[in-house]
Amino acid sequence: MKLCHMILASLSLAVPAHAGEIWVTNEKDDTLSVIDTDTLEVIQTYATGERPRGITFSADFSRVYICASDSDAVQVMDPETGEILHDLPSGEDPEQFVLHPDDKHLYIANEDDAVTTVVDVDSRKVVAQIDVGVEPEGMAVSPDGKVVITTSETTNMAHWIDTGTHTLFANTLVDSRPRHAEFTKGGAELWVSSEIGGSITVFDSATQGELGKMTFEIKGVHPDRVQPVGFEFTPDEKYAFVALGPANHVAVVNAQTYEVEEYILVGRRVWHMAFDGDHARLFTTNGVSGDVTVIDVAARKAVKSIKVGRFPWGAAFRP
Amino acid sequence: MRKFAEIFMVCVAVQMSCSLGVAADVALSIGYLEIKQSRPPTLSNLDPIPEDLGLAGAQTGLGDNATTGRFLGHSFDLQSGIVDVGADHVAATADMLSRTPFLLIDAPADVLLAIADLPQAKDAVLFNISAGDTALRDTDCRANLLHALPSDAMLTDALAQVFVQKRWTDLVMVSGTYPQDVAYADAMRRSLTKFGLKLGQEKTWAFDADMRRNAAQEVPLFTQPLGDYDALIVADELGDFGRYLLYNTWVARPVTGSEGLSALTWSPVIEQWGATQLQNRFAQEHDRAMQSQDYAAWAAMRTLGEAVTRTGSNDPAILRDYILSDDFELAGFKGRPLTWRDWNGQLRQPIAIAHTRALVAQAPLEGFLHRVNELDTLGLDRPESRCEVFE
Repeated sequence: MKLCHMILASLSLAVPAHAGEIWVTNEKDDTLSVIDTDTLEVIQTYATGERPRGITFSADFSRVYICASDSDAVQVMDPETGEILHDLPSGEDPEQFVLHPDDKHLYIANEDDAVTTVVDVDSRKVVAQIDVGVEPEGMAVSPDGKVVITTSETTNMAHWIDTGTHTLFANTLVDSRPRHAEFTKGGAELWVSSEIGGSITVFDSATQGELGKMTFEIKGVHPDRVQPVGFEFTPDEKYAFVALGPANHVAVVNAQTYEVEEYILVGRRVWHMAFDGDHARLFTTNGVSGDVTVIDVAARKAVKSIKVGRFPWGAAFRP
Repeated sequence: MRKFAEIFMVCVAVQMSCSLGVAADVALSIGYLEIKQSRPPTLSNLDPIPEDLGLAGAQTGLGDNATTGRFLGHSFDLQSGIVDVGADHVAATADMLSRTPFLLIDAPADVLLAIADLPQAKDAVLFNISAGDTALRDTDCRANLLHALPSDAMLTDALAQVFVQKRWTDLVMVSGTYPQDVAYADAMRRSLTKFGLKLGQEKTWAFDADMRRNAAQEVPLFTQPLGDYDALIVADELGDFGRYLLYNTWVARPVTGSEGLSALTWSPVIEQWGATQLQNRFAQEHDRAMQSQDYAAWAAMRTLGEAVTRTGSNDPAILRDYILSDDFELAGFKGRPLTWRDWNGQLRQPIAIAHTRALVAQAPLEGFLHRVNELDTLGLDRPESRCEVFE
């Protein structure tokens, strides 16, 4: 044990302190940009399949999964080398996915097919396909792994999937064009953002009943242009940071009162986001301006923008 | 012999089983009626008009509605009828109205009005998906007739905003002689006045030569007397001669209007706002690109679907009220919610400014402000419209 500590200590001496990386998919460059969370610079750019969007890491961060939408594949990359190890069968046009807590099953939204595909990442086989609404996109999994959510953009619903049976057990209507979903409060609540509806709907996970709805208002921006898309919760689950698309702002929402406390100006058409390791900074992808905004979470201020590839879309943290 | 024996009826039933529905079962039948019009010949046959123009959009919209409806116990079916040129459209319409009060109609303005005025159509919800005539949204409006296609005025207002923004203030216009060309030119003049622009010289296209052979020789001479200008507007709504003006004008200036830089309801070059998904879905189903009239029919179909989803009703009065209410919004792949003007039944929507290769801009352009909704800088705003039957 002691030896182990010593080795770790000497390793950390040998290698300069390296807090972590933010991995960003560039939808119209077919690349990934890797940002060092200390220096706030792009340290690597890796080639991917066509139109990379959703991105997530395996539990031990030894694999990165990438939705290469126009290649109709989920690619598995070695994050140490940037080498594509293999493709997973994904169904057509995979846009977004979520990795089950078992670290074994990917739930993939197939945007052109109105299907959610379940893939076993070890056997590389499709386990199930579940019919959902038109243009599935947002994906979420409950912390206990029992429920997966797919939101469908044109059908305007959150579809509740029982992961035991791979069947739908509820379908709940939300406002127009739902884009993203997240469980919070230990899985007790499900939040769903509606891009065109301009709202986030909160559901009680136990009953699938609506608990509340929040809307956003930015001075000088027409309400039609305020379009909530990606969002993330702080680890204490007290706040949510919500990307507002072409409104070019991120809202800071009090997750207890559902009230907006602040709007932070970021790059153009802000899409998705990821926190760094200690959640001190938040990195947002800005599709139109082709950059990533770094937000100081405590100060609620944008501190830097980092040029990445064309149309950055997804973001994920790696220690 | 039956008078409308030439009517061709197709039934496409989309009945989805409902295993998860929580709401009561609701079925909605929608009729699609095409009144064929004779079309004058054009100089080029490069762009044939698809046989299923409009109907294809309705079918894609039906599929979207059905996929959504199966989760709620709502089913939709589409019945389409085609009335040949000169055939009795009244009988065909009456027949369709006896089966459903919800019709999508591809017809010229006068026929649309005749249909809307039929006693059987009194409580119907009719969608105009083909006629841009501004008068239909103005003095000729009807309470039972909604307009999914933008008015000519919306399109020309969109272009006028581009002229203002680009400071193309010195404008000339070449117009064709068909009624559609005349209507477009009228709408353009109105838009230029609305946005404080002046139209310089105008010329009428009166050639009858085949421009595929000699446009290069004739267009420079035809446009030489126009002198210098910032942009040449062409009113050629049937696609007859306009294509030969590009790169052939005496002075090197942009061509805009019906050709060149155009204001469009929809275009295959739109890929923003998730539009690629709709474009792909449409192309897969119909083996061609989606056009403006397809989009209008899709939007009308989705409007009905959205209204049924949110109200759980198939009652025409309830659906019409909901569609015209503040609660209604449709995600139409144009970057902002689409809604219906409650003063004349026009679908409020952004307009694409595009050429055949790319989207150039989307109207309303930045800086054109409105006290309620910037989209109402396009077309007849509430104070302008003389439509009274909606109030």
